[in-house]
Amino acid sequence: MRRIYLDHAATTPTHPEVVKAMLPFFTDAFGNPSSIYSYGQEAKGGIEEARTRVAELIGARSEEIVFTSGGTEADNFALKGIAYANEHKGNHIITTSIEHHAVLEACKSLEKTGFQITCLPVDEYGLVDPDDVRKAITNKTILVSVMHASNEVGTIEPVEEIGRIAREAGIYFHSDSVQTVGHIPVNVDKLKVDLLSISAHKLYGPKGVGALYVRKGTKLVPLMHGGEQEKRRRAGTENVPAIVGLGKAVELAGQDIGKEAERLTYLRDKLIEGLGERIDQTRLNGHPTKRLPNNVNVSIDFVEGESMLLNLDLEGVCASTGSACTSSSLEPSHVLLALGLPPEQAHGSLRFTLGRDNTQADVERVLEVLPGIVAKLRAMSPLLKGQK
Amino acid sequence: MPDAWSLYSNKVMDHFKNPRNVGEIENPDGVGHVGNPVCGDIMELYIKVKDGIIVDAKFKTFGCGAAIATSSMVTEIVKGKSLKEALKISNKTVAEALDGLPAVKMHCSVLAEEALKLAIENYLSKSNKKRDSNKSERAS
Repeated sequence: MRRIYLDHAATTPTHPEVVKAMLPFFTDAFGNPSSIYSYGQEAKGGIEEARTRVAELIGARSEEIVFTSGGTEADNFALKGIAYANEHKGNHIITTSIEHHAVLEACKSLEKTGFQITCLPVDEYGLVDPDDVRKAITNKTILVSVMHASNEVGTIEPVEEIGRIAREAGIYFHSDSVQTVGHIPVNVDKLKVDLLSISAHKLYGPKGVGALYVRKGTKLVPLMHGGEQEKRRRAGTENVPAIVGLGKAVELAGQDIGKEAERLTYLRDKLIEGLGERIDQTRLNGHPTKRLPNNVNVSIDFVEGESMLLNLDLEGVCASTGSACTSSSLEPSHVLLALGLPPEQAHGSLRFTLGRDNTQADVERVLEVLPGIVAKLRAMSPLLKGQK
Repeated sequence: MPDAWSLYSNKVMDHFKNPRNVGEIENPDGVGHVGNPVCGDIMELYIKVKDGIIVDAKFKTFGCGAAIATSSMVTEIVKGKSLKEALKISNKTVAEALDGLPAVKMHCSVLAEEALKLAIENYLSKSNKKRDSNKSERAS
């Protein structure tokens, strides 16, 4: 059976050209980049080339890019690094209720060491109100962290406006841009960010590598202590092949970013439209237009997400849900709840995230199999009583 | 590449794909309702009792694969059992009959056990009431 992968927000397949670019750095150019002989310097060359590529894609200078083990480390580094470097100025951090766990849990950890966190609400579409950011700022605020776009519902936040507010107030601004870099244009000056998180495996690069953009002059306390790698900002021998892979991935992403976004937006809207037409009592989660080109998130009444996923998997379709029957809390997605969805609608959510290899035929396949799955599950749903 | 990994056993998937005894029983002798929308699992179990034996069982479930499979399995196990035997069915009985469940899904088997117990309790309290009212009718 042909498998249709529609979970690109979770991870993407590594592009064959990325793999090709990485391979020599396992064997031929295997040296430690800190070594002065040729093996080491070849490896260093690979890293610096990648640094330039990443910087180019987001309009930064190469010395402003710090490689990390991924998006989670980049987020932790930004939040804890800024917090501990600015403790003398204040202890207040502003973020939002729909951030990735890498940001929210880092904030919780900071809370335990005496920092105060303001978690801003979002509207029914998942949008943060820049005015709420302005109102939340106090003379103790040292950092604002707002994601560029939601990994769950795809809503693109007014980051530029929030960046302006933070800058006027002289407060550092971080944006988790894991879902946008390589997918829609990202420019650090336009967005007015001081820190920005990137992950390779969300843009057809390898897992286990990412980067944090750190605006020149921004001081951070490192998470890792040891050697002097990454200009003493991140100790540890560099993951050279992975960093080279990230460099190649951003290079490829930059080549056709507008065209691919346009193609995916068309497929996205076909899927949203088709689901609405073929299955009654569904709703789109997230903003209808201020939305990532590849994200479709719908709630389907009276049915639970995992049971839909399993049935889709039996048809070869891989998707995701905000239902969390496997998490220890059993509570559904914090993002969907923050949008105001009742728990049963959050449990009944499905997320499809499109990617490079998807075609219109894939969208049609989903539209062909999903209505039957929903009908079968609704027939055994105790929630449907008295509704029909 | 490693051999195919899957979240659930073949037996769980069999009961998930072809759940047994889906639906409601008209005029059931006992109904058990467990779970809530917050945790994402809601189970309703209906039983028909004749001479102390559960002669039929059906279910309706909103929930994950394990919730559907445990509902289906518990209705299979319980049919033909006496009330006394049925009350001994534990969540482990259900999970084992499905060749095991992932640790994070054991709570689903607990729901199945609870739904069954509640359905039996519901039957017993109804039949007690019936007996009491019969007695009082005769007395008057």
